[in-house]
Amino acid sequence: MLELKHVCKTFNPGTINEKAALQDVNLHLNPGDFVTVIGGNGAGKSTMLNMVAGVYPIDSGSVVIDGVDVTRLTEHKRARYIGRVFQDPMMGTAADMEIMENLAIAARRGKRRTLRWGFTSQERTEYREKLASFDLGLEDRLTAKVGLLSGGQRQALTLLMATLQRPKILLLDEHTAALDPKTAAKVLELTDRIVSENALTTLMVTHNMKDAITHGNRLIMMHNGHIIYDVSGEEKKKLTVEALIEKFAQTSGQDFANDRALLS
Amino acid sequence: MIEYLSSLPSAVAQGIIWGVMAIGLFITFKILDFADLTVDGSITTGAAVCAMLIVNGCPVAVAMLAAFAAGMLAGLVTGLFHTFMGIPPILSGILTQLILWSVNLKIMGKANQALPARNYFLLVSQLNRTRSILVLAAVVIVLIAILYWFFGTEYGASIRATGCNLHMSRAQGINTAFTKIIALMLSNGIVALAGALLGQYLGMADINMGRGAIVIGLAAIIIGEALFARIARNFAMKLLAVVGGGIIYFFVYQTIVFLGLDTDLLKMLSAVVVAIFLAIPYWKKKYFTFAKTPQASDNLPFASAENPDGEVREEDGDHA
Repeated sequence: MLELKHVCKTFNPGTINEKAALQDVNLHLNPGDFVTVIGGNGAGKSTMLNMVAGVYPIDSGSVVIDGVDVTRLTEHKRARYIGRVFQDPMMGTAADMEIMENLAIAARRGKRRTLRWGFTSQERTEYREKLASFDLGLEDRLTAKVGLLSGGQRQALTLLMATLQRPKILLLDEHTAALDPKTAAKVLELTDRIVSENALTTLMVTHNMKDAITHGNRLIMMHNGHIIYDVSGEEKKKLTVEALIEKFAQTSGQDFANDRALLS
Repeated sequence: MIEYLSSLPSAVAQGIIWGVMAIGLFITFKILDFADLTVDGSITTGAAVCAMLIVNGCPVAVAMLAAFAAGMLAGLVTGLFHTFMGIPPILSGILTQLILWSVNLKIMGKANQALPARNYFLLVSQLNRTRSILVLAAVVIVLIAILYWFFGTEYGASIRATGCNLHMSRAQGINTAFTKIIALMLSNGIVALAGALLGQYLGMADINMGRGAIVIGLAAIIIGEALFARIARNFAMKLLAVVGGGIIYFFVYQTIVFLGLDTDLLKMLSAVVVAIFLAIPYWKKKYFTFAKTPQASDNLPFASAENPDGEVREEDGDHA
């Protein structure tokens, strides 16, 4: 479903701030794979997601989504294949627009936007039902401005927006990192439900190793722009946080304990 | 006093014309979040194109359509400066404004073109104020109806999203460069249309008539917002409030003229008033952070004891 071949990206080349964010990254995702991505700060996790989404062009290599080479497509053109939820709850929604309008815009991802009215009455019923199933009390606030919602509500709404049009790839970039633990747990629960209901191919970056182990069917660890560990199936289920820390120390020659990952 | 009262219809007519201009500005300034200085030039372009075509025997409707199209071209230039060439919004507008100075002189062939209402059929004119006001009211109603429809469509919504959140818009597949250009074209088209009306009303087009137009437009937007905030909740009412702001601006202007104050100072006064109103949101944020509005406090299944507002925790991201 997703194929990264020899993807390289260096930021600020030729300057003192030169940073090789991705170095020859190769990754193949099968349809329905739910992959969690862990690694320290600057490991290249977010960069990898941004390269898939087309936020910046890559230096070399290729990105193929469901057989379509999207390497040269701009961000908005790739959006038809990709659903995204960002770390910052402010980033995924338009604050000055109504919940209804945000959803209607998301429902037209990858489609031609015409001069027909922005949404149909049929959509209104559909969104109301979908929001009601989230149990957030949003179903009766369709005309409320999104700016009035809490961070958790906005992330849940962004998640719904990302999946209204079934994406070929769902990219979750630490989408619970900015939330308090209780809210984060609820958004993760919702994520699991949406991913399994729609059998979505998903890449989820997280700083929380426990979450990385308990969610998804496959786990990859990144370090200095490389994928240093890739585990799936039964082997992943048996993983423990301690084993992961040890694995990290082994492969990277560094101590993970200094990093934020252990704290979360 | 009679003199003052008899000047009021003119204030209403000019106020509506500048209100139309301010509606155009509203599209860039409020919806797109783009301070577009092109308008100082495109309003004159509208007047110049309209005047030259009418003087050369064109029907007034055709002349006004041409003025609208010329304004859209000006918006296209600013849009390309910004999106294709990566020039910041303010500078893009200033560059087009300067280009338009030359273009406007070339259109008219001189600095001033008379357009006497006695010689031509005009839609609006100082000579017939009552009819002018009725015509202008009709123009405003039609314009607001069209914009209300347009910004409610799928495409209009994508323009509003672009002005609100670029990240979200691109992630939802919106070509934000294109939506910006369309909004700039629409905005400057309307501004040029206002210029065409202003040229007819004053009976001339002048190379200097657009100087400081953006400040008058912003004043109309700000006055309208301040006075009609309670009733102007939906989009159509907000646009109507802008026109109301324009009318009030010209009432104040006529009053100042009547009181014998130096009208040379009016532009300075307008600029100062606009500056203060633009500063208010900033001051509120900086000095009155404790008087925070109860954001997201009602109906919050996601709020917790540690985080009653369900607010964003500060955390530095992975910027690799």
